[in-house]
Amino acid sequence: MSDTEARPTVERYGAGERTNHWLVALGFVLAALSGLALFHPALFWLSSLFGSGTWTSILHPFIGLFMLVVFLPLAASVWDDNRMRPADWQWLRQFKDVVNNREERLPEVGRYNGGQKLLFLVIVVCLAGLLLSGLVMWRAYFSLYFPIGLIRLASLLHAVCAFVLICAILVHVYAAIWVKGSLHAMLRGTVTPGWAWKHHRAWFRQITHAAHPRTGPD
Amino acid sequence: MALQSLDIVRRSATTTPEPGVRQPAVGPVAKLIDTTKCIGCKACQVACMEWNDLRDEIGTNVGVYDNPPDLTEASWTVMRFAEYENPKGDLEWLIRKDGCMHCADPGCLKACPSPGAIVQYSNGIVDFHEENCIGCGYCIAGCPFDIPRISKRDKKAYKCTLCSDRVAVGLEPACIQACPTGALVFGTKEDMKLHAAERVADLKSRGFEQAGLYDPPGVGGTHVMYVLHHADQPQLYAGLAPDPHISTLVGLWKGASKPIALAAMALTALAGFFHFVRVGNNETDERDETAARQGLDAARRGAPQGRNPEQRP
Repeated sequence: MSDTEARPTVERYGAGERTNHWLVALGFVLAALSGLALFHPALFWLSSLFGSGTWTSILHPFIGLFMLVVFLPLAASVWDDNRMRPADWQWLRQFKDVVNNREERLPEVGRYNGGQKLLFLVIVVCLAGLLLSGLVMWRAYFSLYFPIGLIRLASLLHAVCAFVLICAILVHVYAAIWVKGSLHAMLRGTVTPGWAWKHHRAWFRQITHAAHPRTGPD
Repeated sequence: MALQSLDIVRRSATTTPEPGVRQPAVGPVAKLIDTTKCIGCKACQVACMEWNDLRDEIGTNVGVYDNPPDLTEASWTVMRFAEYENPKGDLEWLIRKDGCMHCADPGCLKACPSPGAIVQYSNGIVDFHEENCIGCGYCIAGCPFDIPRISKRDKKAYKCTLCSDRVAVGLEPACIQACPTGALVFGTKEDMKLHAAERVADLKSRGFEQAGLYDPPGVGGTHVMYVLHHADQPQLYAGLAPDPHISTLVGLWKGASKPIALAAMALTALAGFFHFVRVGNNETDERDETAARQGLDAARRGAPQGRNPEQRP
């Protein structure tokens, strides 16, 4: 592994970003497990992880709020890099090339690819939906301020948003396993130059240009 | 809470058969509330408090006879007084004993996520088992009649049990025993319908042409039924629902979407696994590293970066 040690690395995520990401991940896992326990009888046993059904229903809204609060700084830090551009839609249209590892056929990717940007959009929309519907459903503090029809609508919306978010995060987690080096990037912060070159070439150019400001971007 | 456990037909958040070896010999039961005989004395409220040993907080007079003004965790039945000016210009005082209707298709039970917190017995009674209640309040969203109330102290949901503990040992509910006018009667649902038909015929003969039985089919019928003078306008009786049914939103939330969503989540995870099996990792290799190194060198030299000549097709 001597050449690996000698190989230069590129920093992709700083310690702050990594900490932030994993706090959100922790919040998501706990919120999803406690929420799923209340969603389907087949998963009610998950409530044991939180002490009991009653503890699950007490804790779930607070866990959700925790996830949302820690998501805010993460969202702010990656917001600008996640704006959808025409090339991202093209990337998404070439879905088949993406899943079959034919990356050379895809448009060049910046710091985030179309899939990552779509995921970010889904997370933002779903978390907003979960927050609003969750507050309406929060029996202990807020439900009494809302009419029953709105509580019913919120209950359905909450389940739909959670379902979409859980599916999206399952894809996100798998993608991190699938694209080798991604998990390391989020755990230790660095990627190899080859990784950046292959998966995020426009970003690679941008950072090499920034490191050598005499050069102009092509 | 109840004494029997051998005659359950439905149990909340349970997907396997219920313990139902015992069938009621006489069929399902029902309470019939004849609003045309009710004098609003609230003896039923007192009997309910007494039998169930409940003492609500002493409230304040809100300017009408309703006392307490609403159902609470400790007041499982409440008389609701409505003043109705009929087309002839006469005042009618419509008094309705409000409380759980014990639906044949209970929305509370459908919405409840906690196994065994709500059960429906084969005699038709829908009962809360508070020791299994997790305090989420989904039953409130599920109920088409706005009946369950969550205790502020213990965060459990409470409502009328139709005296399931008394009925289990062959007694009638406490409120029935206390009613001084015979406005409340209890028996098999069949008998109660027959009795109601007699009452309706009598009312019609005395000028209440729209008199009728309230046994709403939208919830599969109820095990608490009303005789109304104005069965065509149930809403006159302090907002009694004209056509109650489990909300479509609750049906979507707690119906087919549950197993479908669960399956879709499982399939998403499986799709990932099989993608890995069939396509495998997206890896970088030495050629990428070389290309990157050339890119870096080019950047150092100030040359524009072209496409990697070693790029695989």
